[in-house]
Amino acid sequence: MAIDEKASSVNDGEGSAAKSALDAILKAYPPKTRKKRAKQIVLNDPETIPVVSANARSTPGIITQRGCCYAGCKGVVLGPVHDVLHIVHGPVGCSYYTWGTRRNLGRSKEGDTNYIQYCMTTDMQEEQIIFGGEKKLRQAIREAYDIFKPKAISVYATCPVGLIGDDVHAVAREMKAELGINVFAFSCEGYKGVSQSAGHHIANNGVFKHIVGLDDVADEAEYTINVLGEYNIGGDAWEIDELLRKCGIHVTCTLSGDVTYDQIARAHTVQLNTVMCHRSINYMAEMMEKKYGIPWIKVNFIGAEQTAKSLRKIAQYFDDEKLIARVEQVIMQEMSALHPVRKIVADRCRGKKAALFVGGSRAHHYQALFADIGMETIAAGHEFAHRDDYEGRSVLPTIKVDADSRNIEELDVVPDPQRFAPRRTEAQLAKLAEGGFTFRDYAGMMAEMKKDTLIIDDISHHEIEKLVQLYRPDIICSGIKDKYVIEKMGIPCKQLHSYDYGGPYAAFTGAANFYREMDRMLHTKVWKFVVPPWIAQPQLQASYSSGAR
Amino acid sequence: MLNGTTAEIKERSALRINPAKTCQPIGAVYAALGVHGCMPHSHGSQGCCAFHRSHLTRHFKEPVIATTSSFTEGSSVFGGLANLHQALENIFTIYRPEIVAVHTTCLSEVIGDDVPTIVKRAREEGKLAADKIVIHANTPSFVGSHVTGFANMVAAFVKYLSEKSGTERDQINVIPGWVDPPDMRELKRIAAQLGANIVLFPDTSDVLDLPQTGIYEMYPKGGVTVEQLRTTGDSAATLALGHFASQPAAIALDDKCGVPFVGLELPIGVGATDEFVDALRRYANVTVPSSLAGERGRLLDVMGDMGQYLYGKRVAVSGDPDHVIALTRFLVELDMKPVYVITGSPGNHFERRVQEILREQVPDAKIKQSADLFELHQWMKQEPVDLLIANTYGKYVARAENVPFVRFGFPILDRMGHRVFPTVGYQGALRLIDKMIDALFDKRDRECPEELLELVQ
Repeated sequence: MAIDEKASSVNDGEGSAAKSALDAILKAYPPKTRKKRAKQIVLNDPETIPVVSANARSTPGIITQRGCCYAGCKGVVLGPVHDVLHIVHGPVGCSYYTWGTRRNLGRSKEGDTNYIQYCMTTDMQEEQIIFGGEKKLRQAIREAYDIFKPKAISVYATCPVGLIGDDVHAVAREMKAELGINVFAFSCEGYKGVSQSAGHHIANNGVFKHIVGLDDVADEAEYTINVLGEYNIGGDAWEIDELLRKCGIHVTCTLSGDVTYDQIARAHTVQLNTVMCHRSINYMAEMMEKKYGIPWIKVNFIGAEQTAKSLRKIAQYFDDEKLIARVEQVIMQEMSALHPVRKIVADRCRGKKAALFVGGSRAHHYQALFADIGMETIAAGHEFAHRDDYEGRSVLPTIKVDADSRNIEELDVVPDPQRFAPRRTEAQLAKLAEGGFTFRDYAGMMAEMKKDTLIIDDISHHEIEKLVQLYRPDIICSGIKDKYVIEKMGIPCKQLHSYDYGGPYAAFTGAANFYREMDRMLHTKVWKFVVPPWIAQPQLQASYSSGAR
Repeated sequence: MLNGTTAEIKERSALRINPAKTCQPIGAVYAALGVHGCMPHSHGSQGCCAFHRSHLTRHFKEPVIATTSSFTEGSSVFGGLANLHQALENIFTIYRPEIVAVHTTCLSEVIGDDVPTIVKRAREEGKLAADKIVIHANTPSFVGSHVTGFANMVAAFVKYLSEKSGTERDQINVIPGWVDPPDMRELKRIAAQLGANIVLFPDTSDVLDLPQTGIYEMYPKGGVTVEQLRTTGDSAATLALGHFASQPAAIALDDKCGVPFVGLELPIGVGATDEFVDALRRYANVTVPSSLAGERGRLLDVMGDMGQYLYGKRVAVSGDPDHVIALTRFLVELDMKPVYVITGSPGNHFERRVQEILREQVPDAKIKQSADLFELHQWMKQEPVDLLIANTYGKYVARAENVPFVRFGFPILDRMGHRVFPTVGYQGALRLIDKMIDALFDKRDRECPEELLELVQ
């Protein structure tokens, strides 16, 4: 790992150099803040994975990347469901900012209404703050139904709603009875939890309670799965769907990229759940396993090698020679189609250094794409992950539930008396175990990162600045709020929430897009112009200045 | 596109669909960024600050800094005092701003946090040194709109900082309203051409339109300084551009320091720019130079040349009230017909003023405050228009109705011109004409019968 030598007083080995970099980052903080941040910034050791304090409160006054519970619930998990009409109960801003800003693409059937294009809110005014907003919410739901006649309506509570005590769930129940369509609400007030993460959990609970299991008719297909935690940013889910289709594997429901209400309603009919974004959707996978007996595995369709590995794992689960052969054939075809661009880009990018600070899975997943083209990840961290996303699910029993998490409901899920059905027999499970197959198997980000790479949870603005000074990565992956800070320092920054309006980057086809994009970003000419010639070579022509004028 | 929208209008009293406004705090952040060395601070949940920073960044494609009190459920119950105290300590230690501008959110407003009291306590308890400047504005999201938040923060500059020393200065305060950095730059350029000495506040040029130098500065060179703000109480006059965004601060300055103010409209188009130039001329006691007269003349020349293509065109306009008022005036100057004119923000002045502007030329125009893009779209379905002018969110409607579209105002999330070219002043008017002509001609050239494709226009 390369560290700017000037910045490092100790230079007797990479570990101590990294340690002094860490000290340099922490130096600017007041004592209390320094103590807290020191637990969230650690040097990695993939053998004896150190503890990272994660899912902890952000410190007031620190410029954090994080958003709120509402953003995680409506913005991330529910917003992509394009045939449910979403009403945000609160002042106008919360609804407005989640209108079309997240690139969760959704394709409606010809003539259907795609609610992603709409922004609906009760636009709460002072009067409702004082006298209560339930009446206005009730009326807003009626008006929405009158105008649009949707198949379902969902309601999201924002900060003031919880504080003034509006019962959004009671209103939803009442309107469900009155209108005869499914109406359900989410208590995802912005102040809950410590980040978007609380909102993911609340969203999972609500979707599980109110939609999953409403339709028992399974899709007719030999191998059915769900892809959980895939939001179709820039069309990723479409790439994954297409790839699985080539293999003969049918996706019943993607949660929640380009998904319909009906697809979610029959999500419980599949034979296997695959989990992309562990952070935002593991609750759903766990609950579906408990209630319906559907096992889940972690997959990653970001990066060619990881995509191949994930396909093989799914095929292994179904344990069918025909499927395994077909998957191998698809992998071979896709890999050879990808090879030319991968080689060209790798030859140009090999050895370059990346740092990733984003989301709750992407900072891990995207390391695979960099690895595909020989690039090295020198530092990474998540915005709203928990310890299990860093250190692996084996640490779950040791995570203490703090005051901020305790208030997020854990649903008490029991096996469904009629519908619980183990998807594999004991004999099949034994055979899978023998072949090294594991379920519920997320080993976390750190196990796959090198020793002494830097792990920074909930990175702050100051830490990004210091990291750039000390490490000078060739590229940083982050979000919209950091992008231009980083680029002003002359380092390209790839947004991994919005993909900078590019993509898709998932599966083999998406990987090719990402390789090309890295080649463009790392070699674009604009950075070469930053230093003008009169600064690069300031000397004057003597003949002119010597003249007496 | 927008398949659920039909021409039939059903009465709505509770549901807002496709709003043409957002909430107060984002305006407070934008205004605060126009003060040199200022850290905007959001007293509320993290999400507010994240949303505002994200949205401003999408509009400017520039670093947008702001801090937050990071409320948790506990602070929502017990109050945000401890959060704000810790935030101020961290901000002044780590980010070292010259001034912190705190604004509230719906959360801190509902629980009744009183920012001045909390700041006072911090000083009393020795957590905040006397020389650390902290100002604040109340910006509850359930009142007004983002424009109100902007106006409230600009008024807070005056309430906290403006002073009257007793010695009048040869300078004029100009409150530009919520315009983009190139507009701020253009206003300063016009004043400089006239030789008028102005204090522009806020001023986001050289803050949110930075050059690429390879060096990041948290507090770039731009922005009105605290020192300059202090002197605004000694200025000869204040020109407040825009009734909604700028007048509250001008009134506050008149009340506090007795600086007389002139309420002007945003200098968009000929008449409003003339009024701005003329007001500067009078108060600064200068003459209008030929260079500026030349700019004006070139604008009139283009209006004459291209007038036939704009004449009588039916236009739908949506945007912030000050922008829409000024733009409607300009469209009338161009002999166009603004038939639907809306703003998402509340305010009776909007409807009164637009009615006055359109009384003769478009007596049957539909004009509405607190309106939304859904309703505007329904009107367009009932009787179509030739051109839509709105912020980026108008693109859904433009696509649904296949109508030429010019982006104008805030936010513009999908184009770059607003970041570098002004829409104020004579030059800005030229740019607006250019954009309208392009939009109208592009559609016609694409869709007209082959034999009618004109090479020369």
